[in-house]
Amino acid sequence: MRNETKATNPVLELKNVSKTYSVKQGLLGKSRPLTALRDLSLRLEQGEVLGLVGESGCGKSTLAKILLGLEAPTSGEVLVDGAPLGSQDRLALARRIQPIFQDPYSSLNPRKTIADIISLPLRVHGIGDAASQQAAVREILDVVGLPSRVMHTYPSQMSGGQRQRVAIARALVMKPDIVICDEPTSALDVSVQSQILNLLADLRRDLGLTYLFISHNLAVVEHLATRVAVMYLGRIVEEAETEALFDGARHPYSEALLTSVLTPDPSLGVPRMNLGAAYPNPIDPPSGCAFHPRCAKATEACARQRPAPVVDEDGLIACFHPNGMAPTRSRPAEAAPRLSASV
Amino acid sequence: MTSPLLSVRNLKVDIPSGSGTLHPVRGIDFDLHRGEVLCVVGESGSGKSLTSLSLMGLLGRTLERSADRMEFDGINLLGASGRQMRKLRGARMAMIFQEPMTSLNPVYTIGDQLIEALLLHRRMPRAQARARAVELLEKVGITAAASRLGQYPHQLSGGLRQRVMIAMALMCEPQMIIADEPTTALDVTIQAQILRLLYDLVREMDMAMILITHDLGVVARVADKVAVMYAGELVETGTVAEVFDQPLHPYTRGLLDCIPQPGKTGRGEPLGTIPGIVPSLVGQVDGCVFRTRCTQAGPACLGPIPRRSRDGHLFRCVHTDGYAPAETKAI
Ligand SMILES: Nc1ncnc2c1ncn2[C@@H]1O[C@H](COP(=O)(O)OP(=O)(O)O)[C@@H](O)[C@H]1O
Ligand SMILES: Nc1ncnc2c1ncn2[C@@H]1O[C@H](COP(=O)(O)OP(=O)(O)O)[C@@H](O)[C@H]1O
Ligand SMILES: [Mg+2]
Ligand SMILES: [Mg+2]
Repeated sequence: MRNETKATNPVLELKNVSKTYSVKQGLLGKSRPLTALRDLSLRLEQGEVLGLVGESGCGKSTLAKILLGLEAPTSGEVLVDGAPLGSQDRLALARRIQPIFQDPYSSLNPRKTIADIISLPLRVHGIGDAASQQAAVREILDVVGLPSRVMHTYPSQMSGGQRQRVAIARALVMKPDIVICDEPTSALDVSVQSQILNLLADLRRDLGLTYLFISHNLAVVEHLATRVAVMYLGRIVEEAETEALFDGARHPYSEALLTSVLTPDPSLGVPRMNLGAAYPNPIDPPSGCAFHPRCAKATEACARQRPAPVVDEDGLIACFHPNGMAPTRSRPAEAAPRLSASV
Repeated sequence: MTSPLLSVRNLKVDIPSGSGTLHPVRGIDFDLHRGEVLCVVGESGSGKSLTSLSLMGLLGRTLERSADRMEFDGINLLGASGRQMRKLRGARMAMIFQEPMTSLNPVYTIGDQLIEALLLHRRMPRAQARARAVELLEKVGITAAASRLGQYPHQLSGGLRQRVMIAMALMCEPQMIIADEPTTALDVTIQAQILRLLYDLVREMDMAMILITHDLGVVARVADKVAVMYAGELVETGTVAEVFDQPLHPYTRGLLDCIPQPGKTGRGEPLGTIPGIVPSLVGQVDGCVFRTRCTQAGPACLGPIPRRSRDGHLFRCVHTDGYAPAETKAI
């Protein structure tokens, strides 16, 4: 694992994190455990844009909430700058890590003015007096490209794109280092989406931000991310530099995801997807590799055992039959996980 | 040239309100031929859904529809009674919506709903209707179809529900399908499967389809013809190759610049933008609706806007080729 000798500087790290919810099935049904994250490890490196992709329900938002300290993992560790998240002061953390969520409609309080919404974190943290808080609001509005006259308006008086700018302003007014973006442009029209994406890219350059960027839009991820992690049913199945991933994914699931991207090229038709079955039920996950029921390459071994994640110089891959020329070296002792541990 | 299956001229929708009449659809013209896929693309609020509901005769009572012509397979839809429209919708034109849960009845099983509709429109014996329902579910790629008949809509995934909706739409072998954002709520993997299915079915059954979407990637891959809608008007219409390779209207060009395109947009490079917002469509709408956001706008854009044609590639713009002449270009 050469990766470990590479100089890395993770600002956020998940170590073997699992998250289990309890869900009721049907009106009178018993509660059953739903494992949204399974023994998941991930590092967010200083200054990178880590794209996180995967179908809905695979656990992306759960992962985001855990990184933000909004949800506690059932097991495993969350480290901020190498120290356990739980050991750190909540307010200090909020100064460093801020979220931008998908829905600019529901995440802004409709009864507060834009100035109130943006300055709330400053007031909570007791930063400055009223006058300096107003000045900070004006400054950050300028950064996100909103005129200062919007300060006294309400969210309902703004367009979707403007509201998402307000949400970004609210996240940035604390001058965080890390921004967790969960589908930040998914509710927006493309002409507005491009403005927000440009803004996020500019802010990263100007303020030196680190992003976790969750999106189901792979074209957007390819555009913005420096590295990508692909998730399937609560686990990371592949990690790679963006260019390498889009040049040739190693995991058959990543490959399927990339195939499904409809680039605006009229000389191409709709791809034929090679995904047999439907996305699995997380309450009843498949044995072995969770992707095996949908995988064209699946063999008997895939149904029986879960491929352990292998870290190499190209990133991470968890597959018995990865694409690519060189067969992936597996770690000798850990390659075949114990059966009991995999389900 | 054969006569079109659907021919629409000057379609308008007006919505009276306290503060004046809203004109969300203004002067839509297009022809749809048999076996053709027309994609109507535009951002939210541009009037795509109102246009499709107008065609199906499904507009709400408070909305006023008018047109110079709206003809489907020789039938004048403008003069059709409610009863005639219901018959047409059951048998010859079908619609698929974005969220199948709103069109499937949650308290009846999939089988109930499919079989009931067959009994109603086709008057076939129950056993035969059941067999046909299974056949239809298989046709839309649903495995273990017979066992699905007893399931309720909420027990199916979003992708499966959309397949059931497509099965219902196909039931009477319609000549035309209108699909309004059929894959917008689905994962990209499922989206590709559903689009592939629709595309193959349209070809196989020689239907015509109007596919409404905001996604230019979907349009590029599925459309034969494209109509670009902005603020209630079709600003550009042409074949998919014409519109993508040689967009003439400044809005179409702007829209294409906004999306990251591998190979064209450099990673991390700024994307194109269309600053500004859609104008109010309440009251009289004069000149070009896009002028407030257009890089090519000039004083002439306040006047009447000609409809131009380049060998059938249509666009609405005061500029002959969609670009302002260099000397008159606005600031
Ligand atoms: N509060 C919760 N209670 C029960 N189940 C939940 C809760 N939040 C998420 N889940 C479940 O956890 C899984 C992962 O959800 P989520 O993290 O939202 O996925 P994604 O963001 O990738 O779509 C899903 O199956 C979802 O239904
Ligand atoms: N029943 C209605 N009453 C008032 N306004 C409506 C109604 N239906 C649609 N509109 C308005 O008409 C415009 C076009 O709507 P729609 O056709 O749904 O757009 P699209 O499908 O392109 O997103 C929007 O501005 C919308 O708010
Ligand atoms: Mg989510
Ligand atoms: Mg619509």
